[in-house]
Amino acid sequence: MYTQALNSSDGEDRFVEDATRAAAFQARIDADERIEPNDWMPAAYRKTLTRQISQHAHSEIVGMLPEGNWITRAPSLRRKAALLAKVQDECGHGLYLYAAAETLGSSREELVDAMLSGKSRYSSIFNYPTLTWADIGAIGWLVDGAAIMNQIPLCRCSYGPYARAMIRVCKEESFHQRQGFEIMLTLARGTEEQKAMAQNALDRWWWPVLMMFGPPDQASQHSDTSTKWKIKRFSNDELRQKFVDATVPQAEFLGLTIPDPGMTQDSEGHWRYSEIDWTEFKQVLAGNGPCNRDRLAARRKAHEEGAWVREAAAAYAAKRESRRTAQAAE
Amino acid sequence: MTAASITVSETPLVLYVLRRADDALVLGHRLSEWCGHAPMMEEDMAMANMGLDLLGQARELYGYAAKVEGKDNDEDKLAYLRDVRQYRNLLLLEQPNGDFARTMTRQFFYAAFSDLYWRAMMASRDTTLAAIAAKSEKESAYHLRHSSEWMVRLGDGTEESHRRAQLAVDDLWAFTGEMFAVDDSERGLIDAGIAIDPESLRTQWLATVARVIDEATLKLPANDWMQKGGRIGQHTEHLGHLLSELQSMQRTFPGATW
Amino acid sequence: MATPNSPLWEVFIRSRNGLAHKHVGSLHAADATLALQAARDIYTRRGEGLSIWVVPSSAITASDPSEKGMMFEPAESKIYRHPTFYDVPEEVGHM
Repeated sequence: MYTQALNSSDGEDRFVEDATRAAAFQARIDADERIEPNDWMPAAYRKTLTRQISQHAHSEIVGMLPEGNWITRAPSLRRKAALLAKVQDECGHGLYLYAAAETLGSSREELVDAMLSGKSRYSSIFNYPTLTWADIGAIGWLVDGAAIMNQIPLCRCSYGPYARAMIRVCKEESFHQRQGFEIMLTLARGTEEQKAMAQNALDRWWWPVLMMFGPPDQASQHSDTSTKWKIKRFSNDELRQKFVDATVPQAEFLGLTIPDPGMTQDSEGHWRYSEIDWTEFKQVLAGNGPCNRDRLAARRKAHEEGAWVREAAAAYAAKRESRRTAQAAE
Repeated sequence: MTAASITVSETPLVLYVLRRADDALVLGHRLSEWCGHAPMMEEDMAMANMGLDLLGQARELYGYAAKVEGKDNDEDKLAYLRDVRQYRNLLLLEQPNGDFARTMTRQFFYAAFSDLYWRAMMASRDTTLAAIAAKSEKESAYHLRHSSEWMVRLGDGTEESHRRAQLAVDDLWAFTGEMFAVDDSERGLIDAGIAIDPESLRTQWLATVARVIDEATLKLPANDWMQKGGRIGQHTEHLGHLLSELQSMQRTFPGATW
Repeated sequence: MATPNSPLWEVFIRSRNGLAHKHVGSLHAADATLALQAARDIYTRRGEGLSIWVVPSSAITASDPSEKGMMFEPAESKIYRHPTFYDVPEEVGHM
């Protein structure tokens, strides 16, 4: 992505608005130019992107937990290797994204601390539990499927480092959704007990996955400016509809029932889903999802218990540096 | 309803391959337990990579053991349907992760051995084992590199990291002797050029270990009493818990395909 | 909960022999050895590389985008540096 050091020359200037520069900036965006870390950008653009990219990074890292819950219990060696590789990829994606966010001037430590202290959010979907092996299939199929819908347009986002990170992420994630679908398919073709497990997972994940696309368009607070800045190219509802339309035939292929008896197909072929329970979404965002506390506690524990390791690495690096300077002085 | 354990006809070669397969699976499983909880995200990546290498080795070895046995066992039956007394891994590898120092020390002691072991096994008269060795040797070499770098940083880092690393070395040392043990069933394979005599690796292993431990400003324990039993299914208490988790799905849903 | 910042490194990877090292991203590590290993684990999981460079981010000096005009525009008018500037009759063939 780029270097954090490159941005430091801006100092506090980076928050100063300037109408002429803002107009020139918007003209560049309108001409489909990419914005790079050193370029002048409005403070609000920087802030919006820092928020969005870091939340995206937190989601990848917190997202390791629900699936990581099944690595040690994966039912075959092939599944175990694939799941470990997949969860590891998510960590890698978190790292690419933190690096992209850092080019905007905040350090990774600051960004991570904001998540650990609860100031910065991650995707609400990861506050739901993985209760059975079928949940691993459902996450791959639905959660990764929804994520890809969101992420593909971000590959053309106006901010260069974010777009480049997303290109890499999308390339690597292409196996994730297939992996999940394959798990679901195996269950759907398995014993009655396995089929029931698959259906139950779909029942529990369906609505939370639809909520992943964010509030309905008329209620979304960030959409207008994000669209103007070409950070966002499709609205929440557009992406949600695209996802539903893609998923309905897949569920049908699996022989599973989407838990929305009121769903109908309109004359244009779109599947019209029922009203989403936004109260639940708000509660989960407010910290009242089934796993919010567990997820944060697990990340805090890893961070706190890892402190002595990070300190050791830093201390050793400092010692070696001072030995080297001492030698050079001789 | 739970799935019963399988029986395995442990001819010397089947037993030999199973022992190495169990080593790889148990250590790979331990490393996978870290995923999402490592001291830094970069290390999450590193431990998962090592775990994936080991899982890959385990799968090839189980597949080969099943083939040599020639019954209807396969990699998953061998991994998921043998009980604790049928597992043949080194005691060292089933020891719990503990803190990062303990995990890296376990990795270091084993990688310093497996690097030499797989390199020597590339000359095995058994062409399948020689091929597995050629792939595993490169993986082990990297595991040794990575764990050695951490031994040095933890040992020569802060007072706390030094204390933790020394404790891990002291606690795990007694499990290192088992790597060099040979029983009658292996003696025949060694004589036939299929297996190598691990005793021949001991001097070089000790030299590598001593060099890194010294650079890490740590000390090797004077106590030379060594634990053994893993190779004949007499384990520490930890393996049973590991297996109850690892095998839970296969045991709960007999005969299902996943 | 302030954590000391660990140094940032830029990662460059040669994907195939014959190609130049290309910037692929950045990472955090306490020293160069750990940075190289982390680069291997983070950026070459799918066989993307044959060679890795890691460079402390602080060692990079970058041009200032606000000086883009002065830095790069003067080159744009030197069209005679490009082969298409010169007319060679078609019958002469490839040149």
